[in-house]
Amino acid sequence: MSERLTRDGVAHVARLARLSLTEAELDTYTEQLGAVLDFAADVAALDLADVAPTSHPIELANVLRPDVVGPCLDRAEVLAEAPSVEDDRFRVPAILGEER
Amino acid sequence: MTSVPATAVAIAAAVRAGEVSAREVLDAHLAVIDERETDVHAFNLVLADEARAATTEVDRRVAAGEDPGPLAGVPVALKDNLCTRGIPTTCSSRILDGWRPPYDATVVSRVVAAGGIVVGKTNLDEFAMGSSTENSAFGPTRNPRDLDRVPGGSSGGSAAAVAAGFAPLSLGSDTGGSIRQPAALCGVVGVKPTYGLVSRYGLMAFASSLDQIGPFSTTVADSALLLEAIGGHDPRDSTSIAEPLAALTSVLDRGVAGLRVGLVSELMGEGIAPDVLARVHAAAAALAAAGAEIGEVSVPAASYGLSAYYLIAPAEASSNLARYDGVRFGLRVDAPTTAEMNEATRTAGFGDEVKRRIMLGTYALSAGYYDAYYGQALKVRTLIVRDFAAAYERFDLLLAPTSPTTAFRFGAKTADPLSMYLNDVCTIPSNLAGHPAMSVPFGPGADGLPVGVQLLAPALGEATMFRAAAVVEAAAPALTEVAR
Repeated sequence: MSERLTRDGVAHVARLARLSLTEAELDTYTEQLGAVLDFAADVAALDLADVAPTSHPIELANVLRPDVVGPCLDRAEVLAEAPSVEDDRFRVPAILGEER
Repeated sequence: MTSVPATAVAIAAAVRAGEVSAREVLDAHLAVIDERETDVHAFNLVLADEARAATTEVDRRVAAGEDPGPLAGVPVALKDNLCTRGIPTTCSSRILDGWRPPYDATVVSRVVAAGGIVVGKTNLDEFAMGSSTENSAFGPTRNPRDLDRVPGGSSGGSAAAVAAGFAPLSLGSDTGGSIRQPAALCGVVGVKPTYGLVSRYGLMAFASSLDQIGPFSTTVADSALLLEAIGGHDPRDSTSIAEPLAALTSVLDRGVAGLRVGLVSELMGEGIAPDVLARVHAAAAALAAAGAEIGEVSVPAASYGLSAYYLIAPAEASSNLARYDGVRFGLRVDAPTTAEMNEATRTAGFGDEVKRRIMLGTYALSAGYYDAYYGQALKVRTLIVRDFAAAYERFDLLLAPTSPTTAFRFGAKTADPLSMYLNDVCTIPSNLAGHPAMSVPFGPGADGLPVGVQLLAPALGEATMFRAAAVVEAAAPALTEVAR
């Protein structure tokens, strides 16, 4: 069984999830997420070494289609809903030199 | 003015026969919306003009001697996580406020192809995460039977729309109970079909291995009608089941003589309100009176369902919601770099519960904790599938409560997320197994509010489930009239 989720742990998870939290939110989420994980301790504590996992309720298989060009989404319609567009492409702020 | 029938089955028959026009049907429902929507807030968006245009086409076809289809002229409300081309689809989240999808969900195309009239987009807990609609960025929906109480969730708007008479049919999505629980709390029928029976194409993903679209209605027959219209294989959803859909509307009157129905022991005790348990026992007695054999059955792993679900669903959600990054659609909060823009957008766009689940899922999947949490939860899922399989060797159907209590008051569970999650204890096992289940109103609880009883069936067992539902419905005591 893992140790309890810490405040630093919550801050780390928030960073991974690209969320910024205030100091007050960090306190609240540390308590709330800890309570849910405590509740889930019954599952974490089960001895299930011999049980295979089920990731999906039905058997999944690759679904293939003939490799022919078909209709797809209208580019202008898609780009019209984007926050920022340039030359028929999605525009974003600088992506280089952003490491801190 | 011609009187408009109350059920979808009767409306479609009357419109097809030319006895009432689709426009008259729509106007009657828009009048009810005008009267009560300000109080109930079932909708994020009412599509009065678009709906009127759609009725013109249905009425033209009837006049030309054509058949508009099995949903001819029936108003249908859509949960606002179902994509509608050119029409705002928000998931009740700021992060998608104003976004207009470039395509229709398959279920939307099928409703329209069957002659149905889309009347609006209904409110939900943000990204379908919640059990009360209190997590909507646009304010909660109120329970039409008691405006001081929640309608349940996450499909609370769709349940309330049907309960208030805004539309005879609506669609919701059910990941852990989000159709059945609000159906129970609002006193209407709600169905979660077998995983893969209804295409998820155009349903905004919450937890992809659990999500399934299904109907709300006031009668069992109306839900059967809508499920027949939306179900069946769709090449655009790789998890769509290839087999043809079983007939539902034509088998509803076959009764339950000789069917074996098991009461699920794990869901008939601790944590379930006594008045709810009493209604479930009364429904069992009604099935027995109609010739079913009633027994008790244990599904031991169901006790671990809630824990497993609240690891698996957030894990899948944390991955699915990574796409809301301010790049391609919806909200963007500007910042000097893309990474800062991503973070500022997600921080401003997501509400508290969505952030909570994203972080919970990110944690359950993160290095060092994956095996202890997510991996264990997937193994519990195997146990639940096994235990259901054993139960269905002895029984054709299972019976349980839908929700542990009747509708609760606003704010009663918002401070403690875990107390809100406990609402889903009876509904989650079916999602983990991919099985169908439905809630049928079975009279009032001690407080006069609706109680729903839940019928559970093995995969693709919808026909048997609907037969039993029709028997339960026929025996159900009346609920009090919708409060005016």
